[in-house]
Amino acid sequence: MTVPSNTTRLSISGMSCAGCVSRVETALKNVPGVDEALVNLVERTAQVRGAVAAGVLIAAVKGAGYDAAEMIGAQAEQDKEAAEAAHYRALLRQSAVAALVGFPLMFMDWFGVMPHLHGGGQIFWMVVAVVTLGVMVYSGARFYTGAWKSFKVHNASMDTLIGLGTGAAWVYSTLITFFPEVVPEAARHVYFEAAAIIIALINFGSALETRARGKTSQAIKRLIGLQPKTARVIRDGKELDIDIAQVGLDDTVRVRPGEKIPVDGVVIDGHSSVDEAMLTGEPMPVEKQPGDKVTGGTLNKTGAFLFQAKRIGKDTALARIVELVRQAQNSKPAIGRLADKISALFVPSVLIVAVLTFLVWFNFGPEPVASYTLVATMTVLIIACPCALGLATPISIMVGVGKAAEYGVLIRNGEALQQAGKLTTVVLDKTGTVTLGRPVVTALLPMPEWNENSLLQIAASVEAASEHPLAQAMLDAANTRGLELLRTEGFAAVAGHGISARVIDLRKSVVAIVDNNSVPSPSQGEGQDGGSRTRPPPIDHPHPNPPPERGRGQSVSAHGDDDAVAVLFGNRKLMDQHRIDVTALAPRVAQLAAQAQTAMYLAVDGMLAGVVAVADPVKEDSKAAIARLHAIGLKVVMLTGDQLATARAVADQVGVDEVIAEVLPQDKAAKVVALQQRGEIVGMVGDGINDAPALAQADVGFAIGTGTDVAMESADVTLMRGSLHGVADAIAVSRATVRNIKQNLFGAFVYNLLGIPVAAGILYPMFGVLLNPMIAGAAMAMSSVTVVSNANRLRGFRTPRAEVVT
Amino acid sequence: MSMLLINALGAALICFIVWWFWLATPKAQRALASGVIDVLVDGGVYTPARIEVAAGQPVTLRFLRKDPSPCAEQVVFADLGISQELVLNTPHDLTLTPPPGSHEFTCQMAMYRGTLIAR
Repeated sequence: MTVPSNTTRLSISGMSCAGCVSRVETALKNVPGVDEALVNLVERTAQVRGAVAAGVLIAAVKGAGYDAAEMIGAQAEQDKEAAEAAHYRALLRQSAVAALVGFPLMFMDWFGVMPHLHGGGQIFWMVVAVVTLGVMVYSGARFYTGAWKSFKVHNASMDTLIGLGTGAAWVYSTLITFFPEVVPEAARHVYFEAAAIIIALINFGSALETRARGKTSQAIKRLIGLQPKTARVIRDGKELDIDIAQVGLDDTVRVRPGEKIPVDGVVIDGHSSVDEAMLTGEPMPVEKQPGDKVTGGTLNKTGAFLFQAKRIGKDTALARIVELVRQAQNSKPAIGRLADKISALFVPSVLIVAVLTFLVWFNFGPEPVASYTLVATMTVLIIACPCALGLATPISIMVGVGKAAEYGVLIRNGEALQQAGKLTTVVLDKTGTVTLGRPVVTALLPMPEWNENSLLQIAASVEAASEHPLAQAMLDAANTRGLELLRTEGFAAVAGHGISARVIDLRKSVVAIVDNNSVPSPSQGEGQDGGSRTRPPPIDHPHPNPPPERGRGQSVSAHGDDDAVAVLFGNRKLMDQHRIDVTALAPRVAQLAAQAQTAMYLAVDGMLAGVVAVADPVKEDSKAAIARLHAIGLKVVMLTGDQLATARAVADQVGVDEVIAEVLPQDKAAKVVALQQRGEIVGMVGDGINDAPALAQADVGFAIGTGTDVAMESADVTLMRGSLHGVADAIAVSRATVRNIKQNLFGAFVYNLLGIPVAAGILYPMFGVLLNPMIAGAAMAMSSVTVVSNANRLRGFRTPRAEVVT
Repeated sequence: MSMLLINALGAALICFIVWWFWLATPKAQRALASGVIDVLVDGGVYTPARIEVAAGQPVTLRFLRKDPSPCAEQVVFADLGISQELVLNTPHDLTLTPPPGSHEFTCQMAMYRGTLIAR
C-alpha cells in the first residue's frame, strides 16, 4: 500500500550557521519515509516532503540538538470543514439523482399508469432497470463496495444491509423484467423505485447527519476560535502581518491594545494588562512585564508589548486544551460498551433474521409468494439500523464534553463524565480549594497609642526579612496601603514563637504617621481588615508618646543606637517569654482564633502595640457552590492538615457536612479509601500537585486551578477556573449527558426491537399489515438523524449558574 | 422438491453466516521489521483488518483515511483507552505498545472493525 506524499512545515530553533542547516537536513532526511527536506536558515524553517508524522520529524531534529515545532494553524480545521461541506453536498447530489428516478416511478405506480411487463412495457422496464443500475452505481456505489470489502474481512456493516436490501430489489426486478414467466402473473411487480428511493432517503439522512454532527463539535470550534488568525512579527527589523501558522519559535511578536495574543511566549519589552479569563477564569486582567509569560488566545487590554514566541502550533496551552477536549470527546464510557457489544453481533443477526423471514414467507406466505417474500426480506434488511445504536453514546459524549469545556471544566474521558454524575460524596481539600490558598491580613487591632497603619508598617518591616509564608501577606497589605518599610537590624527568628528585630528610626516614622492622619485610609473598601475597622485610629491622642519613651534603655541603649527600638512579633508564647502583658487584647484574639484566623502580637520596646491577624480567606463563591452540591444531594467533606479548630471555623463558614482535620498530605488518599469503604462514590477536589495521590484514588479527581501541566495530565477533571462551582457544573453536565445517552440507547434499541419484527411481517397474520420497504428506508435514515439531533439538544443545556465563556 | 431445496439452502445460509462472521477468523497481517503498518480506512473496512504484532513491542500503525464519511473520522481502541482523529487523505501515525491479547479497534460507531493481536 502506498501513502501519498505530504508536506510538513517545521519551525526550527537554535540554528545559527550554514553548518546547522546541513545537520538538520541530514537528520530529517535520515528519517525513513522522508523524500525531501529543505531547511531555510533565514526563516528558520524546514519543509519536509514524505509520508511521515510530524512527531517523528521533531524527534529527529531534537536528536540533532535543535528544537522544532510543527507550524500549523487553523488550516487543518478549515480543511476539515471544507471536506465535511463537500461530503455533505455530494450526499445531497447523490440523493437528488436517486430521488429523480425513484419518485416519478413511485407516483406512476400510485396513479396506476405503470406499463405492464409485456410488449412495449417490457422495453420500458428494461430501460428503467439500466437507469436504476446507473443510479445505484452513482448514488450508492459505496454501499456495494463497502459490503463486499467488509464481507472479505469477515465483517458486516450497515453497507451490507443496505447493499443486500437494494441489491435484492434490483436483481429480482430485473429478473422479472427480462423473464416474467418465472413467477406467476400476480407476482409480476417490479421494485426499481424502491431501490432508488431507499438510496435517496439514506443519502439524504446521511447528509442531515453530517450537518448535525458538525454542530456537535461547536465547543471545539469556539475554543479554536480564541486563537487569532494572524500575528504581527518583527523579522530583520521589519514588521510583518503573517498567518499564525507561519510564526516560528523565538520569533518576536508585537501585540497592540485590544488584540489577542497569537501564541505562547515571554514578554521582552513593554507592559500591559492581559485578560486571561478565557483560560483561567480569573476575571481581573493580569499585569505583564518583561519576563512574564503570556498565553495564546488571551486578550491584551491596555498596553502594547513585544514577546518572544516559545510555544507554537500544537504545543500552545490552548492547542493542548483543545486536544484534551477532543480526546475526551472521542472516548467511550462503560455505558456505551454494551451498545458496542451488541452492534458487533447486530448485522449478522439481522442477516439471519432476514433469511428466516424469507423462509417463513416462502413456506407459509400468501400468494403471490415471491412478492411478499421479497418485500418482507428487503424491509428487514433496510429497517435495521446499527448506526443509531453505535452513535447513541459517542455523539452525546461529544456534545457533553464540549458543553463542560464551555463552563471551564475539562473532562479527560467519557468514563469520568459518566462517573461524575454518580458521585455521592465530594471531598474538598481546604487550602486553595475552599480557600484562596494564600493568606491575607484580615484584622489589625492596635492598642490605643497606635493606629492600624503604624502597626502594619512595623509588622511588615520586621517580617520583610523573614521567609515565613505569612510575611507576604503583611508585605502585600502594607503595599496596598502605600506604607513604606522601615529599616531593621538584628533580625532573629524564634522557632515556633515568632521573630525579634530592631527597627531603626522607629520613633520618628511612627510619630509621623500617628501625627499625620493624611496617610491613606487603611480600611476603605479593601475588605482586609475585618473587625478592626470599628476601632478609630487614635487621632485625638494629644501626645502619642509611643512606648519607646517609657521602655527606653532596656534593649536599645545596650546597642548604643538611640533610634533603634526592639520589636517582638509572634504568638502568645513569645509574649509570655518576654513578660509582655497581652490581657488587653486576649479576648479579641480568642475570637479571631475561633474564626480560623492566626493572630500575632506585636510588642514594641517591651509594650504590647497591637495584634495583626492573618487568615487564608474562603473564596467568595465557595459557600454558594457547596450549597449547590448539597442541593443535588451530595455529602460534602472537607479534608485538611490544619488543626481541627481552624478547620471547623472554615467549615462553619461554608457549610460542609463533615470535617477531617489534621491529615498529613500522604494520608489524604487513605481518607478517600475510608470513605469509599463506607460505600460512597467519592469525588476529590484538590490542587492536582500535592493532592495527586488522593485525586487518583477518588472515583473522580477534580484538579482545581488554572490547568497546570501536572494537573491536566493527572486529574480526571480539570477546573480551569478556581471556583468550586466547576464541580457542580461538571456533575450537572454529567447527569444531563448520561440521561441523553440513555434516551439515545433506549430509542435505538426500541426502534430496532420493534422495527425489525414489524418489517418481518409479525403484524401481517393479525392485521394484514406489511411495511413498505421505502417507509423502512425513511425510518432508517431518520433514526440516526434523530439520535444526533437529540444529542444536539444538550448544546442548549444550562447549569443553574448560567455562566458560559463566549 | 424446490420447496425442500430452498429451505435447505436457507438453513445452509444461516450456518454460513454464523460461521463466516463469528467463527472463522481472517488471516492477519504480521508486523514488518520496521514496525510500521499501513492501515487504509476506506469502503467501510480497515485494510488490513487483522494485524498481528509482538506483545510489549512498540508498533506504529499508519492510518490513511480515504472515506469522507464522518463515520470514518475516528479510530478507537476502546480497551486501550486510545482514540485518534483521522484527517482525510493524511497519514496518521499511532504508536503504541500493546499488552498481550486481542485488541479491537473500531470507528466511533463500531462499523469499521479491526483487531490488533499482540502475542
